[in-house]
Amino acid sequence: MNIGLLHSRIRAEEKMLLEEFKRREIRCEEIDVRKIAFLSGHVTWSRFDLVVDRCISEAQAEATLAILESMDIPCVNRLSVRQVCGNKLTTSLALERAGVPSIPFRIALSAESALQAIAGVGYPAVLKPIVGSWGRFLARVNDADAAEAVLEHKSHLGSPMHQVFYIQPFIEKGGSDIRSFVIGDETVAAIRRRSNHWITNTARGASAENCVVTSELDRISRDAALAVGGGAVAIDVVETPDGRLLINEVNATMEFRNSIDTTGVNIPARLVDFFVGLGAAA
Amino acid sequence: MASGQYPVAATVCIECHAQLPLRDGLIVGEIVQCPECGVELEVVEVEPIRLQLAPEVEEDWGE
Repeated sequence: MNIGLLHSRIRAEEKMLLEEFKRREIRCEEIDVRKIAFLSGHVTWSRFDLVVDRCISEAQAEATLAILESMDIPCVNRLSVRQVCGNKLTTSLALERAGVPSIPFRIALSAESALQAIAGVGYPAVLKPIVGSWGRFLARVNDADAAEAVLEHKSHLGSPMHQVFYIQPFIEKGGSDIRSFVIGDETVAAIRRRSNHWITNTARGASAENCVVTSELDRISRDAALAVGGGAVAIDVVETPDGRLLINEVNATMEFRNSIDTTGVNIPARLVDFFVGLGAAA
Repeated sequence: MASGQYPVAATVCIECHAQLPLRDGLIVGEIVQCPECGVELEVVEVEPIRLQLAPEVEEDWGE
């Protein structure tokens, strides 16, 4: 079997996956997408049974996957999954269309309409860029004055993507949320992320502890994964004060370095199991 | 090309010239952080190890 692994920066996760392939003596070719150029009309990557996307850049990933899939080369996650998950609006729309309980959202395309939309959600509200990760550029706005300031800054300093205002109500989640890992059709593990800050990403310093995968968490996680197109995804789930689970976001290139010892689940091994199965079926 | 973008022989930080404690098993594309100034350096060759300043985090980066 011949696997290709798309990457740019090598994170701990990519290194763990490469080591797992090596341990099993599965050929895995590292493909730094910054170093390749495609020639249209030439199918040059047919040597791969499967290409695994581990790109850190959304734009680079989408461009590379679009080309590879046009050559009928099996990719995981697929381009469509990467596109849906790489944009909070399309993620939310996919979840809503599939009827998966998720945090309500509003979209506005100007600062003026965003201010009205935030008022409609009520304060505090959360403003997010539609593209981005690791809890970056999130803003909790507690009142209209703060909203006006943030919107003015985004309008004048942000790229066009920042002019698509994604707004959620602030959910009081008790200082933690849940990150579940779905590989194929199984929720393999989950962690609870705790922080004194309202942003509970581990990339922002939240601590991680094991979270039991209840039947309810399993069901909503697998439903969310299915809604975005399946594959291997990491799902952010919040618990409302009245005990409901709501999907917040879905991530297409999961980071799991803090979740292996925490959960006792060898996530890179489970991913490689999944990849091998896909490669064999291709 | 800006100063510091050229790959240089490892062991010394491009930015602050501090000694870099490099762990075994580094691979191309990995990031090494200078313990003195905190700058991120990307491994661009491994035999011998050569480093260059890592790209800044872009808006579309993430998981």
